[in-house]
Amino acid sequence: MSTIVTLPDQSTATLPRVSYLNKEYGLKSWLLTGDHKRIAMLYLISITFFFFIGGAMAGLIRMELLTPVSDLLAADTYNKVFSAHGIIMVFFFLVPSVPATVGNFCIPIMVGAKDLAFPKINLLSWYLYIAAGILMICCLAFGGVDTGWTFTTPLSTHYLNTHVITAGLAVFIAGFSSIFTGLNFIVTIHRMRAPGMTWFRLPLFVWSHYAASILMVLGTPVLAITLVLIVLERLIGIGVFDPAKGGDPLLFQHLFWFYSHPAVYIMILPGMGVISEVISTFSRKRVFGYTAVAFSSVAIAVFGFFVWAHHMFIMGISNYSALVFSLLTMLVAVPSAIKVFNWSATLYKGSITFETPMLYAFGFLGLFTIGGLTGVFLGTLGMDIHLTETYFIVAHFHFVMVGGMLMAYLAGVHFWWPKMTGRMYPEGVSKLAAVITFVGFILTFFPQFILGYLGMPRRYAAYPPEFQVLNVFSSAGASVLGVGYLLPLLYLTWSLKYGKIAGPNPWQATGLEWQIQSPPLTENFAETPIVTHEAYDYEWLESTKGSEVPTVG
Amino acid sequence: MDSQTLAAQTAETPHGHEGEHPPFLRHHFESVPQQREAATFGMWLFLLTEIMFFGGLFCAYLIYRNWYYPAFVAGSHTLHIWAGTTNTTVLIISSFTMAMGVHAAETRMRKSLVTWCILTIILGCAFLGIKAYEWHDEWVEQHVPGLNFSPESFLHGSEAYPDDKLPLDMAEKTQVYYSLYFAMTGMHALHMIIGVSLLTLLVIRAYGGAYTTGHVNPVENFGLYWHFVDIVWIFLFPLLYLISRHQ
Repeated sequence: MSTIVTLPDQSTATLPRVSYLNKEYGLKSWLLTGDHKRIAMLYLISITFFFFIGGAMAGLIRMELLTPVSDLLAADTYNKVFSAHGIIMVFFFLVPSVPATVGNFCIPIMVGAKDLAFPKINLLSWYLYIAAGILMICCLAFGGVDTGWTFTTPLSTHYLNTHVITAGLAVFIAGFSSIFTGLNFIVTIHRMRAPGMTWFRLPLFVWSHYAASILMVLGTPVLAITLVLIVLERLIGIGVFDPAKGGDPLLFQHLFWFYSHPAVYIMILPGMGVISEVISTFSRKRVFGYTAVAFSSVAIAVFGFFVWAHHMFIMGISNYSALVFSLLTMLVAVPSAIKVFNWSATLYKGSITFETPMLYAFGFLGLFTIGGLTGVFLGTLGMDIHLTETYFIVAHFHFVMVGGMLMAYLAGVHFWWPKMTGRMYPEGVSKLAAVITFVGFILTFFPQFILGYLGMPRRYAAYPPEFQVLNVFSSAGASVLGVGYLLPLLYLTWSLKYGKIAGPNPWQATGLEWQIQSPPLTENFAETPIVTHEAYDYEWLESTKGSEVPTVG
Repeated sequence: MDSQTLAAQTAETPHGHEGEHPPFLRHHFESVPQQREAATFGMWLFLLTEIMFFGGLFCAYLIYRNWYYPAFVAGSHTLHIWAGTTNTTVLIISSFTMAMGVHAAETRMRKSLVTWCILTIILGCAFLGIKAYEWHDEWVEQHVPGLNFSPESFLHGSEAYPDDKLPLDMAEKTQVYYSLYFAMTGMHALHMIIGVSLLTLLVIRAYGGAYTTGHVNPVENFGLYWHFVDIVWIFLFPLLYLISRHQ
């Protein structure tokens, strides 16, 4: 079995005459589109916008922490800045990042459908996202909010006079955008699969989105009602969370984390799907243990609903429930580990090539593993009491969310960029960006593990002078990281016009999306495909070479 | 007559090919059954999110009722059971009229669909009217937490329930009961308002004959939504009004 694949010569590739990009012109054809690929592009643009706003906030935070005293930002401004960073990055970048862009673009094609089941609801979800985004920007413009992204009561309901209601409504609306995306995915995956596309022929990308969608659909409404109660409590003073009236702030924590813990799996699972695709493609091997990886996504989704109280170990929950939640937390590490081991086994004896998406995927593997393992530290009761509310936590979730998810997002955007736009990005500079991101990331967040272990608390603008060296490392790393993120913005935009033409399958990948023209037609397939091969079947791909290039123009 | 309109509709189809391509079949579906199944499945999933939405409130109710049992009993005693019962009846009848509306759409009877839907709208508005009356009454009684709450009425017992004499701290806890009462009935009423608005749009389109040529999906799915909102009330009514009637 030969596994080494020569990539097609791109100098002979041509752009198809008709594609979803040039089927119609004009702003209206974009703003009123039902095409999942166009909506994905709209999402890509708006998410990038919010990513850089959130990133600017992160830059301010790191600049402030360059010195031990609170000098660049006053303490209360600092609170607003890190709250804005958290809210924007979690609800406006990480939650919709891969699903709403790459997922929206690829899932219908991967299952062999012409579109998502509900195109109008898909568009509605983008408009809700934009409405929420505008509210959030208004909130920042009017003076911001300083609750942190967790809206902790009674701080958010009683002690602050910042714009909690505006921010709360923004997150509420963004939540519905996410619900609609998830709902659309589940229905599409169930009902729109092409003939022959059985559940176990689906790419793992689809499986992981299915699992994430379950979490979106079941978890987000709980956040919605919690935010409604917060808003009502601020607006008219009902007392569900107010101790003075008999309410209990701990109930808020339970309800909030019932969503917000599964939310971290909403954020990471689609990224895991990207990694499965990328690693398989660039090792030219079927993902090792396909079924195990598929079911581990579902297992993460299920376990993810029963670990929320590990965010509350120091909040006065009963010792027995802390014990149970600690054990369950360790249990959720198992399916994540299954994935990492299976990806490693996929690499074993594969014909590995180091294209840019693969570099990001390697970054993901290392950083996500560190992030995941430190999560097990934090799930241990004794360790948690020492480490919680320190920079150890900050480092942990940034390793998972930035080192993991953001790497996966960039891997995904690079991997499917030729499919989305029909053009390649410059290979050399993109590899450089991947390496810069990795180095900058380690430099930024590794010192924070040490800082946290030494006891530096999170959420403060000032810190004791002995922590300065490590903080300077971290801030220096953040500037490197900033360069790492600006580069893709620049060269990807450049490639829209000047990039080399990609051709239908520049990576020789096996997914259905690579068997059609790039960029695809508005209805994806000239005729409904009939699937006769398993996922990641490179021999099938080899056998179709030269005989079948379905393009219509 | 109905089959004639159907034939006329089919003949007018812009998709000339194959002939069996009803105008309501969206371009990305292979067949009408696929479209129908997808829409129904999507609706049930949406209702699942609604269950989780109300679930948070029911969870809070469960916890606080255990904590502040006497306050919840006394709070429950102040509600007008006749209003709640009337509203329950109104809603159940409205579910019946909605179900008849769906039936009318399925059997392609345009006028009867419009009539049943209008009846449902009227019943929905009646429900909201009675609910508004109740809220007004609670406002007058100074039972609205945060705005005009006074524990006074729980300190000395009422005429109907002379035993409802709570100590001051427990009387204060009735605020939690009313917070949940207003949040739950408020969220339910919001769903009713959304329902009535959607149904109004539906009636306008049904009048034009949009749903009586085989395209039953929107009516059917709206029916599911309406029944769901009804069922939420079926849980709210005993939990808020009935559960402590004889204590």
